[in-house]
Amino acid sequence: MLKILKYSFFDLMRSSWSYVYFAFYLLLGIVLLFLNNDLSKAVITLMNVIIVLVPLIGTVFGVMYYYNSKEFTELLLAQPLKRSSIFLGQYLGVAISLSMSLILGLGLPFIAYGLFKSSAIWDFSLLLITGVFLTFIFCALAFNIALSNENKIKGFGYAILMWLFLAIIYDGLFLMSLILFEDYPLDKLSLVGTMLNPIDLSRTLILLKLDISALLGYTGAVFKQFFGTSFGLIISFLMLSIWVILPVLRIVFKSRKKDF
Amino acid sequence: MKIYFSIIIFIISTWLVSAGTLTICESGCDFKSIQKAIDQSKSGDTLYIKSGFYKESNIVIYKKSLHIIGEEGAVIDTQYKGYGFSVEATDIVIKNLKIKNIKVSYTKEYAAILLFKSYDFVIENITVENAFFGFLIQKSKDGKVHNNTISGEGSAEADSGNAIHLWHCENVTITNNDVRRMRDGIYLEFGSNSYISNNYSTENLRYGLHFMFSNDNIYENNVFEANGAGVAVMFSKKIKMYNNVFKKNWGTASYGILLKEINDAELKHNRFENNTIGINADGTNRITYTENTFENNGYAIKVHGACYDNIYSRNNFLYNSFDLSYAGNLNSNEFENNYWSNYTGYDLDKDGIGDVPYRPVKLFSYLVNRTPESIVLLRSLFIDIIDFSEKVSPVFTPENLIDNKPLMTKATW
Repeated sequence: MLKILKYSFFDLMRSSWSYVYFAFYLLLGIVLLFLNNDLSKAVITLMNVIIVLVPLIGTVFGVMYYYNSKEFTELLLAQPLKRSSIFLGQYLGVAISLSMSLILGLGLPFIAYGLFKSSAIWDFSLLLITGVFLTFIFCALAFNIALSNENKIKGFGYAILMWLFLAIIYDGLFLMSLILFEDYPLDKLSLVGTMLNPIDLSRTLILLKLDISALLGYTGAVFKQFFGTSFGLIISFLMLSIWVILPVLRIVFKSRKKDF
Repeated sequence: MKIYFSIIIFIISTWLVSAGTLTICESGCDFKSIQKAIDQSKSGDTLYIKSGFYKESNIVIYKKSLHIIGEEGAVIDTQYKGYGFSVEATDIVIKNLKIKNIKVSYTKEYAAILLFKSYDFVIENITVENAFFGFLIQKSKDGKVHNNTISGEGSAEADSGNAIHLWHCENVTITNNDVRRMRDGIYLEFGSNSYISNNYSTENLRYGLHFMFSNDNIYENNVFEANGAGVAVMFSKKIKMYNNVFKKNWGTASYGILLKEINDAELKHNRFENNTIGINADGTNRITYTENTFENNGYAIKVHGACYDNIYSRNNFLYNSFDLSYAGNLNSNEFENNYWSNYTGYDLDKDGIGDVPYRPVKLFSYLVNRTPESIVLLRSLFIDIIDFSEKVSPVFTPENLIDNKPLMTKATW
């Protein structure tokens, strides 16, 4: 598996898309810092970008990479190799190279700006951690979709639809259900709703450290307990890990049974 | 000649009497007990309490003008038996003492110092520890409460009292006090013409500062931090609030400042930082909010009904989750020349005023008002989209609630 991981990783590192991705974040980081001049505000703006763009790029890259390397995958399948190690190796190769572009692209300008001397370092590391989680989650979801669909166009379509659903439509439905059931106690429902969507989950996680804390307690005891203590942080990270593990398990099972 | 002599004797004797000084200490002074010294003293005497530990409570001063001055290390322990001092006198000074362990009661308001119908009083450099009430000042006038430190250990509103409580008082100056862990930090009930400045009020269970039916007061340069519900100004007229800092008041019913039934007040140069709600205004008329800074609050200003003729100008709204929440119609309130950090307009003629009006109320704040739980969607892409569409064509938010002349840069003063 490690060999395939290494191969995929270096293959992607050589491809120009990784550099474009890296350059994009580098530029974003530099522009934000020098227009804003305020590290903690830059972190907030960055959050908006990360929770939308990272999933999108993870999805598109994942699907693209799977379909592009399909012939090579079929060649590998002819070798005496375990199927799970082939697909997991490819998946990890994509996810790790994307995460590296993200961390380096954003990290370099912030370090140059003086991150280590700033109090925003925890907010910033949280931002990067959730960014990495999102990359892993959406790459895995994209691999799942690609594995289930032989048709490239269909696969791409589903992948984009999944991103659209989780990034925007889900929140719309969520909000509508909250308004519809406003006569009932909603605090637990809304927390569960947040947990079920990795994008919402990461957003909440970052907001916990940023401005939701000022609104803390406004909405009642359950929220106060969840947002006010490290309990919320632990649960959120646990859920994010589950969001990584479940799709990865499905990759393993699906690839074992799939005909090529 | 004899007459002159007797007059001189009289003058000297009255002078001696008026400048009489009594000392109190454990041994070797005029008295051992503070109460006995007070009983033996005459109006105008000065009592020096030497360093030591005095287990006395309910010390009564009745119609005697005394100056009671403690030496460093003079401690009065009331041993949870009742009041510290209970005073009804004019021209009274109590200084440099430490009073501790005041009895907690659900029926009587035991205080370290109780002043009743006292005029021209000075309470200075008093440290009260384990207070139920700190200073309870009733029906008094022309006093000064300066440089005191009062702290309590109350756990619920019912079993704690107020640090400085004024009831039916006039012309009292309250400066440089540090009040913490009480029910209310400073409470004025039917108090007028008072001046409150440079106090630090923190960790109080209810309000850092509380006005009830108190008109014509000024408070400035105070810091109110992490109080149960912030500062409350209720049912009062002509209050001036300058240069105060309100911060870290978090909770369901927490405000930087709660304004309820307030008329003709003025808020200027105040700072509101990290509060759940910066200003909660309910039934306020003719109030001017000028040059205040609202930073990192949940809501900067929340306006409920029945607010008329309020003017908000030259304030800085910086990075609040919501700048404004508004119920009902605009009701001749004005927003003008404020700086909004969320403003995205431009200034082509470069006069420092944005060319596009700013709408401070967002659709999402309206939604959160309706269903508070929807706050979990804060800053989500979907919310940004519906906020944007509401901005383009307002449906739910008051149409004329606009800052027509938003500033391009922070207001400075």
